[in-house]
Amino acid sequence: MAEIIVVTSGKGGVGKTTTSASIASGLARRDKRVAVIDFDIGLRNLDLIMGCERRVVYDFVNVIQGDCTLKQALIKDKRLDNLHLLAASQTRDKDALTEEGVSRVLDELGASGFDYIICDSPAGIEKGAHLAMYFADQAVVVVNPEVSSVRDSDRILGLLASKTKRAKQGNGKVTEHLLLTRYNPLRVAKGEMLSVDDVQEILGLDVVGVIPESPEVLAASNAGVPVIMNNESDAALAYQDAVDRLLGEEKPMRFTEAPKRGMFARMFGG
Amino acid sequence: MGLLDLFRKPTKSAGLAKERLRIIVAQERSNRSAPDYLPLLRREILEVIHRYVNINPDAVQINVGHEEGQDVFELSVSLPVKPPTAVQSLPRS
Repeated sequence: MAEIIVVTSGKGGVGKTTTSASIASGLARRDKRVAVIDFDIGLRNLDLIMGCERRVVYDFVNVIQGDCTLKQALIKDKRLDNLHLLAASQTRDKDALTEEGVSRVLDELGASGFDYIICDSPAGIEKGAHLAMYFADQAVVVVNPEVSSVRDSDRILGLLASKTKRAKQGNGKVTEHLLLTRYNPLRVAKGEMLSVDDVQEILGLDVVGVIPESPEVLAASNAGVPVIMNNESDAALAYQDAVDRLLGEEKPMRFTEAPKRGMFARMFGG
Repeated sequence: MGLLDLFRKPTKSAGLAKERLRIIVAQERSNRSAPDYLPLLRREILEVIHRYVNINPDAVQINVGHEEGQDVFELSVSLPVKPPTAVQSLPRS
């Protein structure tokens, strides 16, 4: 049976899609068979971040409504053979996703041998977000070190603990992980930004990864390549560590400390 | 950052963010565990009391807590200091 991981946050613009693309690619690079599903019906974007927007023929809603087979709708990643994407539909019909339909697609993915299914949740707490988390075994809650994002994450943690299938059927809770993105160690050192410890303490949960703020994230999205694939960048290495931790490995946190600067640099800037 | 920044007062706003979040998260978590009929229950109790006594809406406090393995429902109504006046004229909703 496939392990279902939802990538969620409540607040928009914190890096859910970037994270979904990178975690899915990271797991695929570790030889797992991975399917990643865009649940943001009406606002399809994961295809763009993964660079396969011109190859979308059928989408998630087409599969649910029986317009095509699951196999026809799955888009094979051009870099990694064992990674597949199911694109969101661009329909404006909010009721296009149904619990029964989503359940059927997830079961079929599991039966066709996928090890991991990554569900990229839309922002908010409406139907799309609810269905993205409903069947999850694990959740990656993406949070920025900023007040509104932290508060919304706590709201999402509450929903994961009460409104998911696991919570309702009482067969163990959803395993929750925090993933901090847009982290700026220099601003944290200056007391201008919440630290990893602050966020862990407020939400009462350990972080599975800390992704430093990096120009490479925008560069990767511009190019349609998940940022984790760029081995040169700190953000990519931080995502690789997060994937390793999701797979149960112990890894020390990197890129969370401000680089030491000498007296000269501090006085004259740079 | 340059020479002048050495004399500028640093802005340590992260502590403020942490403190505010700690309070609001704790408050929202306590509401989360409460049954979802509480706001309606509170409003109806307020309406009933209001038929007899002119109290202000904040006077009715409802808390649900856990004590020794059971839920404790706590209702407190503070009445005005002045002798309560009957308000028969209030329209019944």
